Amino acid sequence: MNETPGSVVNVTRSLAGDAWSDLRRNKIFWGAAVLVVVVLTMAAVPSLFTSADPASCTLGNQHKGPSGGAIFGYDFQGCDVFARTVHGTRNSIQVGILSTLLAGILGIAFGLTAGYFGGAVDAVLSRLTDIWLGVPFLLGAIVLSGRLSAGEKNDGVMAVTLTLGVLTWTSSARVMRSSVITAKSQDYVAAARMLGAGPARLMFRHILPNSIASVIVVLTLLLGANIATEATLSYLGVGLKGGALSWGLQIADAQSYARIAAAPLIWPSAFLAATVLAFIMLGDAIRDAFDPKLR
Amino acid sequence: MTDIKAQIDVLPGTDPRAPLLQVNDLHVEFRTRDGVAKAVNGASFWLNPGETLAILGESGCGKSVTASAIMGILETPPGRITKGEIRYRGVDLLKLRGAERRRVRANKIAMIFQDALSALNPVYTVGFQLAELFRVHRGMSRADAKNRAVDLLDQVRIPAARSRVDDYPHQFSGGMRQRVMIAMALALDPEVLIADEPTTALDVTVQAQIMGLLAELQRQRNMGLILITHDMGVVADVADRISVMYAGRVIEEAPVHDVYARPGHPYTRALLESIPRLDLKGQQLNVIRGLPPALTDIPQGCAFNPRCRYAKDPCRQDPPPPAYAIAPRRTARCHFFREVLGE
Amino acid sequence: MFRYVVRRLLQMILTFFGATFVVFALMFANQDDPVQALAGEKPVSDSLRAQLTERYHLDEGFLGQYWYYMQGLLTGDLGRSLTGREISTVLSEAWPVTLRLSLMAIVIAAVIAIVAGVYSGIRRGSLFDNGVLAVTLLLLAMPIVVLAPTAQLVFGMELGWFPATASRNASFYAMLLPAIVLATTVVATELRVTRTSVVENLRSDYVRTARAKGLTPRRVTWVHVLRNSLIPVITLIGVDLGTLMSGALITEEVFNIPGVGLKLAQGIRNEDGPMVVGFVSILVIIFLFVNLLVDLLYAALDPRIRYE
Repeated sequence: MNETPGSVVNVTRSLAGDAWSDLRRNKIFWGAAVLVVVVLTMAAVPSLFTSADPASCTLGNQHKGPSGGAIFGYDFQGCDVFARTVHGTRNSIQVGILSTLLAGILGIAFGLTAGYFGGAVDAVLSRLTDIWLGVPFLLGAIVLSGRLSAGEKNDGVMAVTLTLGVLTWTSSARVMRSSVITAKSQDYVAAARMLGAGPARLMFRHILPNSIASVIVVLTLLLGANIATEATLSYLGVGLKGGALSWGLQIADAQSYARIAAAPLIWPSAFLAATVLAFIMLGDAIRDAFDPKLR
Repeated sequence: MTDIKAQIDVLPGTDPRAPLLQVNDLHVEFRTRDGVAKAVNGASFWLNPGETLAILGESGCGKSVTASAIMGILETPPGRITKGEIRYRGVDLLKLRGAERRRVRANKIAMIFQDALSALNPVYTVGFQLAELFRVHRGMSRADAKNRAVDLLDQVRIPAARSRVDDYPHQFSGGMRQRVMIAMALALDPEVLIADEPTTALDVTVQAQIMGLLAELQRQRNMGLILITHDMGVVADVADRISVMYAGRVIEEAPVHDVYARPGHPYTRALLESIPRLDLKGQQLNVIRGLPPALTDIPQGCAFNPRCRYAKDPCRQDPPPPAYAIAPRRTARCHFFREVLGE
Repeated sequence: MFRYVVRRLLQMILTFFGATFVVFALMFANQDDPVQALAGEKPVSDSLRAQLTERYHLDEGFLGQYWYYMQGLLTGDLGRSLTGREISTVLSEAWPVTLRLSLMAIVIAAVIAIVAGVYSGIRRGSLFDNGVLAVTLLLLAMPIVVLAPTAQLVFGMELGWFPATASRNASFYAMLLPAIVLATTVVATELRVTRTSVVENLRSDYVRTARAKGLTPRRVTWVHVLRNSLIPVITLIGVDLGTLMSGALITEEVFNIPGVGLKLAQGIRNEDGPMVVGFVSILVIIFLFVNLLVDLLYAALDPRIRYE
């Protein structure tokens, strides 16, 4: 069928405007957005949700059932599971957002440079990306995070953030590179160049704004993934540590006693899964809005 | 093997006196985001053995959709045949069930597509794709089917067929690939061949070779050929009759020479005048003003009226013009065919 | 084909040296006291210090250290762990278990992803398709640290359908729950890619040709569409190996399976630097090697690449 029936579209709508009007009608997007707002609030002001101090634990409360404010009961060390879980949100979100921002900045810088200059610059940067992808992500993270978080007083937050940022920029770099190559060949860029715009102006004023959408989608999905990885690293003992509050640490601690008390394992797991789910759904919805052909 | 062939040959209800292929009042719609697109709105034509019918029209006029409907490979949904009949030797194909309908394809009615590179499966050898027909429809062994595939490649004059049968489509040149498509269509000796813009994607010299090959194979096998094209030049060389389509309707049907000598519809006339001609070099070329109508919003009355220089009030009102018999074996859907012919 | 293989091999050699260098640099570059880093936060005796310095040639320059490290890797000499065991021995005991677990997981994931992905793609927008998409979304949102302990708790302990742990010589059945858990780390992406690729291929011209040839819908799907749709999925299985390795690490730790992952996790916990470096290096090599194999398989599936 080489002829597509349909009319000539006479109103030119912007891609972003189109995407937004799609998103506004998407129930999944709103569900994810509400969940994200709740999680962000929990991270910013945990005291809105619980008045208990996550650090005050009494061994006498070991594995006790729910009582009063401790609606999820107590864990092995007699800590309030609900309070610890709520207060654990901040570290997860902080690590997730900061590491994703770092990955985004690195990825955009690499992708923009490789895509804009092409040729030898592109070849070198692309090889470098390949090498980076040659190290299985978690293995690299184990080594790097283990090193960065060494030391008694280190709670590992900065270490994990840096590790995740430095190891996960490749996907956004690849996406950025290909959309820059597409944008570069567009007529408006050629026009701006003929009008005498220099490379910096071309890159940041004309190409970047038009290539950033696809990177944002990748980064939203990465945010969910990085939150999950922080938990994994903490679980393995190379992430957050010591007194730091982390869902991954809670899971690791509770796992040995799961047969006796399931709640300390189940609740941080549920919070972690719900948070990751929210960001993945958000990313999925945004991608569908920008790329409707595969829905 | 004989009884398989016999079973295919006898379609219940076959009428030996009926035309080889007859399309009556075919309507096809597509559901799109912008509404219902009426791709075909009452197309009718017929085809006899050994005859070449050219279906002519701009892109979007419904000619390829009509071909897909005849083959039974319309995407449903979004496509839907809302009305009409497609009769092969008197049997209405639209009433056949799945397996029977499938058996008509390739065995009785086969089709050649425009772009052979995308129409052939990139990950299988041409030999596999040809032999598949014999294995599926004739139950042949792998070895026998492959030998038949080599024969077919020979028949469409692919040099060194025996060694090329294991090559992949991308290893052939454009012209050779189109020959493979033709071989595939002719494998099971169909009686009707539909060629949808078979040479559009090819170089001019190769175009002539492919059209020559098609005409020759048609003569040998006494096939009916439906040639779908927008190229008036190709039509003049090979077609016996011509059906001109516009906005999903056949607006003129006539023997090819009559059309070229004296078109009976303003649209046909405009098409002919828009061909660049060497003897009129230096004069301004007549182009058809305006665009074909959107299929979601076809004008009332004659669909061509907004672009027509003969259009008067009756043309702008429903019902659309009927198919006037303007001469023996000729029809045109124009209220003012006398004026058009007479000029 | 030959040129493709040669090019891939050259690329792999470059990536190999690059990636091992990255791992090595992450471990040793800019350390104030590399010996202390290898031993974690434990106090280091003088004899251990001397031993580690000799083993990792810490008295040499950085590039010299890398040179000896590569030499050891390529000759299979991984040195000794802090507990004094030959690391290659530990590895050779552990890898058959991990291999079995991973192969089971890969097969489970591939079968589910391909079958469900193809049906989902064919019946796009149907109840089945939407259900499958919802399930993959949930799986994507389940980090392995959530899934493995929860699955063990629910299916291994509460319901008791499967053994809660698996030993070295575990039966197929005992290995099944860990394998399913591990498979879930990759099944969702594989399924989604299969589905998308089937949807795209169903729209292609060659499918129209196949239908015009009077083939049954089943043959069109499983012969013509499937082979084309598998090409991106095969590539993904190579990329997924990294995910699978991280998954195996957690899965083996949770289910107490004495494989490579458990040993590595123990190495991390005991702050056994030599063990971690040795294992990570070997896993990087395996990862690169499997990706090379996948690239060759990719060429076998797609003739357009084979003859370029």
